[in-house]
Amino acid sequence: MSGTVRFEGQNYPLNDGETVLDTLLRNGQPIAFSCRSGLCQSCLLQAVDGELPEAAQTGLKPTYRAQGLFLACQCRPAGTLCVRTPENAGIDTKAEIVELSRLNATVLKVRLRPSQTFSCRPGQYLTLLAPGPIARSYSIANDPEMEREIELHVRLLPAGKMSHWLEHQAVPGTQVTVRGPAGSCFYTGDDNRQWPIVLAGTGTGLAPLYGILQDALSNNHRGPIQILHGALRESDLYLQSELTQLAAEHDNLTYSTCVLQSADGAPDASGDIQERVLTVLKSMANDVRLYLCGAPEMVNPLKTRAFLAGVASRNIHADPFLPSVASGN
Amino acid sequence: MASLYERLGGAAAIDAAVDIFYRKMLADDRVSHFFDNTDMDKQIAKQKGFLTLAFGGPNNYTGKDMREGHRHLVAKGLNDTHVDIVIEHLGATLKELGVADSDIAEIAAIANSVRDDVLDR
Repeated sequence: MSGTVRFEGQNYPLNDGETVLDTLLRNGQPIAFSCRSGLCQSCLLQAVDGELPEAAQTGLKPTYRAQGLFLACQCRPAGTLCVRTPENAGIDTKAEIVELSRLNATVLKVRLRPSQTFSCRPGQYLTLLAPGPIARSYSIANDPEMEREIELHVRLLPAGKMSHWLEHQAVPGTQVTVRGPAGSCFYTGDDNRQWPIVLAGTGTGLAPLYGILQDALSNNHRGPIQILHGALRESDLYLQSELTQLAAEHDNLTYSTCVLQSADGAPDASGDIQERVLTVLKSMANDVRLYLCGAPEMVNPLKTRAFLAGVASRNIHADPFLPSVASGN
Repeated sequence: MASLYERLGGAAAIDAAVDIFYRKMLADDRVSHFFDNTDMDKQIAKQKGFLTLAFGGPNNYTGKDMREGHRHLVAKGLNDTHVDIVIEHLGATLKELGVADSDIAEIAAIANSVRDDVLDR
């Protein structure tokens, strides 16, 4: 028996198998959403009355749970659930776009200045909310607490709503909202800081890795660090000069690129980032910490292969970038 | 007399065993296909639950969980042979960690006790 969701004074019964998000979207309510997998937190709503199923709050911070915030895409209430959009729950931060510039032909650097301190760890992700509402998750590529600005790397997609908005409508000075942060893909240091680190990513998977790398370096990490950036073509790479410069300044840092196609389009097997990472891991001590970010087609199999190669499961931090999912009902 | 779970070293022993055990399962073609398309972190958490049960530790598993959790695998052909393989890898893992043969036998017996639930019969 499906429940009912009450939103802005109206009751909406859930159809069989529907979530609160499905039902509200079906009824034309403008609820922001993106991954529909319970991860991006774009669709957070706040329950003001009724019983929340446990699954609707899985993975949320205790402070969010205590406020009745929940993931609409994971919520299938049994009874009547009275909900509202969480505008005043202190989870969102207003921010101003201060820079929009190209990192390469298809990647946009977006810098935001939050109106108040945005506490996060480089490598975590946030949700960017733009008019529409459009909501998309992006990884944090710098240390916003130190720089007082947040840097994001946005892949420009031909049919991407957010990337279209950023490219054609947003300008420096435009106001946006950020929500978060979330995710556990970040540098953790202790007194030792001797362990090897391997950072491997494809496409804009470089964003969180660049953040984690700078965090490790500013914490004076002493173990060897290897950063590998994978791309289909040479032109898909970015930040080469910054990373080359960092590697020149730090003896313990190695930067390499893995490009699958040479300039004339011929496949180059030596550009397979998975094989390269597995080779690198062989030369690393067994307390290596591995960070994998970007295309799930790379991240998920490599995670398993690295584990089978002997990397401890607790030392593998993976952030597969989930595509946003269109309303499918 | 300390319980089996305490003798083995409690939660720390589970942490030490889980990677070795799960790695053996993933590397074994006879059972690895049952883990296709599963999330590794979630699997590790489930394997910890299973090891805690097998080590006689505090766990929340019920026969119903075991049945429901494996029903989709039974549909894919999970049978007694696969349960034997799991118990074999469990034994080999414990041997690597230096657990006494008598304790390994006790753990295997506990793991074996959920066989009918796992195979949904």
